[in-house]
Amino acid sequence: MLRPRIIPCLLIRNKGLVKTVKFKDEKYVGDPINAVKIFNEKEVDELIVLDIDATVNNKEPDYQMIKNLSAECRMPLCYGGGIKTIEQAKKILSLGVEKIAFSSAALENPNLLKELSEQVGSQSVVVVLDVKKAFLSRRYEIFTHNGRKKSELNLLESLKKFQELGIGELVINSIDHDGAMTGYDWSLIEQVYPEVHIPLTILGGAGSLEDIKKLIQNYKIIGAAAGSFFVFKGKYRAVLISYPNPSEKRNLLEF
Amino acid sequence: MIGIIDYGLGNISAFLNIYKRLNTPCQTVQTPQELEKLNLTKIILPGVGAFDHAMTSLQKSGMREVLDNLVLEKKIPVLGICVGMQILAESSEEGVLPGLGWIKGQVEKIDKIKLKSHEPLPHMGWNQFNKINQFSENLILKNLDLDPYFYFLHSYYFEPADSQHILATAHYGHDFCCMVNAENIYGIQCHPEKSHQNGITLLKNFWEL
Repeated sequence: MLRPRIIPCLLIRNKGLVKTVKFKDEKYVGDPINAVKIFNEKEVDELIVLDIDATVNNKEPDYQMIKNLSAECRMPLCYGGGIKTIEQAKKILSLGVEKIAFSSAALENPNLLKELSEQVGSQSVVVVLDVKKAFLSRRYEIFTHNGRKKSELNLLESLKKFQELGIGELVINSIDHDGAMTGYDWSLIEQVYPEVHIPLTILGGAGSLEDIKKLIQNYKIIGAAAGSFFVFKGKYRAVLISYPNPSEKRNLLEF
Repeated sequence: MIGIIDYGLGNISAFLNIYKRLNTPCQTVQTPQELEKLNLTKIILPGVGAFDHAMTSLQKSGMREVLDNLVLEKKIPVLGICVGMQILAESSEEGVLPGLGWIKGQVEKIDKIKLKSHEPLPHMGWNQFNKINQFSENLILKNLDLDPYFYFLHSYYFEPADSQHILATAHYGHDFCCMVNAENIYGIQCHPEKSHQNGITLLKNFWEL
């Protein structure tokens, strides 16, 4: 039987790993290659690595770093950050990355997704949407550039459009819940889930195995991603890379 | 020496890393000249993406004819992976170009109607082989559990014309062939290079065949 995926999500800034709270207050958590080595030992399902500097600073993706990461990864790797063109995407795939994540480029140039899906296959094309609840209207809005730039596009309409373009996976990241470790944004998931008919991964807010278990029990074949939960330990947020062990994982996957 | 066919598709470095760790002689092959001269004893044919794109890229690499000769005449063992397995077939529902046709059969799309509402396409994630051909004591499967988990990422699968060629099946909506074998030709739909210990075991077995 196909298992739900439990996925650590790592953020990179200046070649180092960081972790944020609500996309701010970042804390340095270590060396990416070292983290990948630990996640190899723990046999994680997949890994998402997002370079949060690249788009904001209008930089090219750091190909050497991506190459080093993918060479080390013994599990599927999804990379995002700073990719704007088909050529960049293909170059990254050729470095041994399985999936390419788009955020701002997907919103600005959706045809890129269609073209890329046709050429490399939809399975390698992922859209990550950073979503935040508006203060007054209480509606969910899409942001890019690390939560600094608000998009005018409607969330549910965008989900529909991206799927029509042939992408292979959607990652929905809650800015409000980022780093809070108090549970996923359940009302966001409730809105998004019925509209998504391709693999869906939820990110933002997981703080315990119970949070992940609840997501899997409610939604079955889903990607349960987390950042802080897999890199911090205890209330003082000491850096310690972790992942459910095989028996914890069996327990999580029962639904 | 294992040759990994590098025609611009697939995770070449992941294979190199695994075989390097296993102390197995291994190298990428990019031209027909190299392919001819390297005296390979095993060939890995990776691949991701669309069927036609894979076939076009392989043709463009110029290696197609030499590969045909090494695999069909010299009977050098070959392992097609993901789309590299699919192009072993004669044709695919996904495209219009003919495949390599090394094993009779067609590539079909996983039947959406048989999937449950929470089971999307592409089939993405860790799934297990649910049936391994009981009559086969194929050495490529040695030291694996009876229902090993591997990483899958695809919407299409190879349906061999002769069911004797099915080495293992997995289940997503319906059973589908996830490993195929005819003589020296092997194919695997999932990604052993990204499947932790099970993948390493399988790649080691292929080398030791």
